[in-house]
Amino acid sequence: MDLAIVVAIDFVYAIATLALISLGLAIVFGMMRIINLAHGEFMVMGSYSASVAIHHHVNIWIAILVVPPVTVAIIGAVIERLIIRQLYGRMVETMLATWGLSLFVVGALTMIFGDMTEGVPTPLPGITIGSYQTSGYSLFVIAMAAAAIIGVYAILRTSRLGLLARGTMQNAEMAAALGTDTSRIYAATFAFGAALAGFAGGILAPVSGVFPSIGGSYIGRAFITVIGGGAAPLVGTISASTLFGVISQIATFATNPVYGEVALLLSAIVLIRLLPQGITGRFFRGSL
Amino acid sequence: MRISRRALMQAGAASAVLAPAVIRSAHAAGDPILVASMYDLSGGLEAAGKPMFDVLNFAVADMNAAGGLLGRPVKVISFDTQTNMQLYAQYAQEAALKDKVSVVHGGITSASREVIRPVLDRYKTLYFYDMPYEGGVCDRNIFIDGVTPAHNTQLLVEYGMKNWGKKVYTLAADYNYGQITSDWVRKYVKDGGGEVLGTEFFPLDATNFGSTISKIQAAKPDWIMTVLVGGGPISFYRQFHAAGLSGKIPIASTTFAGGGELSVLTPEESDGVIVAYNYIEGLDNPVNKDFLKRFKAKYGADYPPISDLTMASYQGMLLWAAGVKKAGTIDRMKLIEALESGISIDGPSGKVTIDPATHHCIFDVHLAKVQNKQLVLVETFPQRKPEDTAAVCNLIKNPREAKQYIIKVN
Repeated sequence: MDLAIVVAIDFVYAIATLALISLGLAIVFGMMRIINLAHGEFMVMGSYSASVAIHHHVNIWIAILVVPPVTVAIIGAVIERLIIRQLYGRMVETMLATWGLSLFVVGALTMIFGDMTEGVPTPLPGITIGSYQTSGYSLFVIAMAAAAIIGVYAILRTSRLGLLARGTMQNAEMAAALGTDTSRIYAATFAFGAALAGFAGGILAPVSGVFPSIGGSYIGRAFITVIGGGAAPLVGTISASTLFGVISQIATFATNPVYGEVALLLSAIVLIRLLPQGITGRFFRGSL
Repeated sequence: MRISRRALMQAGAASAVLAPAVIRSAHAAGDPILVASMYDLSGGLEAAGKPMFDVLNFAVADMNAAGGLLGRPVKVISFDTQTNMQLYAQYAQEAALKDKVSVVHGGITSASREVIRPVLDRYKTLYFYDMPYEGGVCDRNIFIDGVTPAHNTQLLVEYGMKNWGKKVYTLAADYNYGQITSDWVRKYVKDGGGEVLGTEFFPLDATNFGSTISKIQAAKPDWIMTVLVGGGPISFYRQFHAAGLSGKIPIASTTFAGGGELSVLTPEESDGVIVAYNYIEGLDNPVNKDFLKRFKAKYGADYPPISDLTMASYQGMLLWAAGVKKAGTIDRMKLIEALESGISIDGPSGKVTIDPATHHCIFDVHLAKVQNKQLVLVETFPQRKPEDTAAVCNLIKNPREAKQYIIKVN
């Protein structure tokens, strides 16, 4: 029974991690159709900002939860203004530009911080369930992922910015005709997606360590989840991360984490073959 | 006497062709001896590579301050291989063919060693591999001064089985070193009457150990053996501690503290891990104290703790220099014969002797425990022989061998 609870927590944790790393990309790609290949590097910058804040003795919760989203949102706004704005509608050029950006960020972080793995200690103690131990931080990650999803829903559904964003994404010309400044909306949405990426990076910093090249391990899974999810950013992310998380965890428990990743990738291939528009192209249409 | 233009041009051409022979012999005496250093200074393994590079230059500075080798200065040509196998292959060729170095000290992962070993064999350039590894290399062109399974893995397994229990769970890096070493672990555990409950392999950038930790708890081993390499797997110790298991299930490791773990992890995350190396920084002998004093004076008192890997580079250079002095030349075959004649040095880790039959080292092995970000000596095993390689390799009988023997365990 205890083992079942621990395993169940592991499953939900895998789903939550996938959702967390994909949410920012879902906003940027799902809503704006911008292929941001530097998404992993946004997360790494979030991790580094958390690490730097902790080394400057900022309270650990502020360093993990507040500093990364704010930092990466600012960086995201700057990048949007300098690079992305010139390339709206041009998918291949955006891919190239953001790929170059990711290489630049990795190089810059290596130059500034060196290539060693930074340490961010886990702030929460282990939790004992019967005769098993599990990490309290896993439950924290699950809670934060849920909070992020609820927060995104709240902002998109209830706030004015969310309304304008959804309207602009649906039909930019109509929105412009009705008086919204579409370039400002684009900038704000990109910054919002970048903030979510930074948030994920900050939360995952104690788990996976902070070194410049770790962005590469995030970007693949994030893209697969977002494309598997389909057009709707929120429901798509939740459904895709649930599906892929469960499949990869089953494979991980049966064998080892490497095969877990392989299972995730294979199931993505099968999913795209069966549902080319992603999950929300067929089910849950029209949802957020 | 009139010299015709044709005669002048012929003489000029002839002297241009013959000049290099004359000029080279005129310069040979003061020419520097070239040493190639081929370590990863970026890309994921620089926590190991950079200190090895630093001590190599420190050893060369010492040699040059004492007048050089054979009256010639020693010059280091450095290659940063960036944890990239392609660059290893490329730079090995460059060092052998373009720079024509007299020795290459390099390679960190066993994968990189197996990339450059055949290249340096083919181009007849001496190679020193200064790293702990999985044993079995039998090649007259290479000298290895790192610990092998017979040196340290066997001691770790025996210590674990005696002090903690007979059921082991292994976590290993997913390439030749991790796979072969985990086979050796299985062999030694079986020899001691124990059982390996499970073995899991992780790539060098793996960071997700949550399900592994749950599986370990389900299997209930007495202790864990880690053969992990790379920046990613450091997070295993972190996640293990986050799950509250540090100290509950003891860990022995063949690689811990070689990749900067001591700097990155907190004491709660790393205390209690048992390792076995030829060198630990806390060794109490005059050679070590003198080395540490001079090295830290040059590179800073807050230099990270000197690991066994770093010292292997330093002692590798000392062994090579001793060989050059004994041979009186840097000619490869004469140097190999000199190194095979039973060369010994008194290094910071104690007496180090090259075993002629295997080209591996006989040296002290120290079992140590991690405590408060330092390695504390537990027990010393003096002058251990490379039994694992000696069982399959005899270069005196078969000098033309050039392969790696891989153990088969059922």
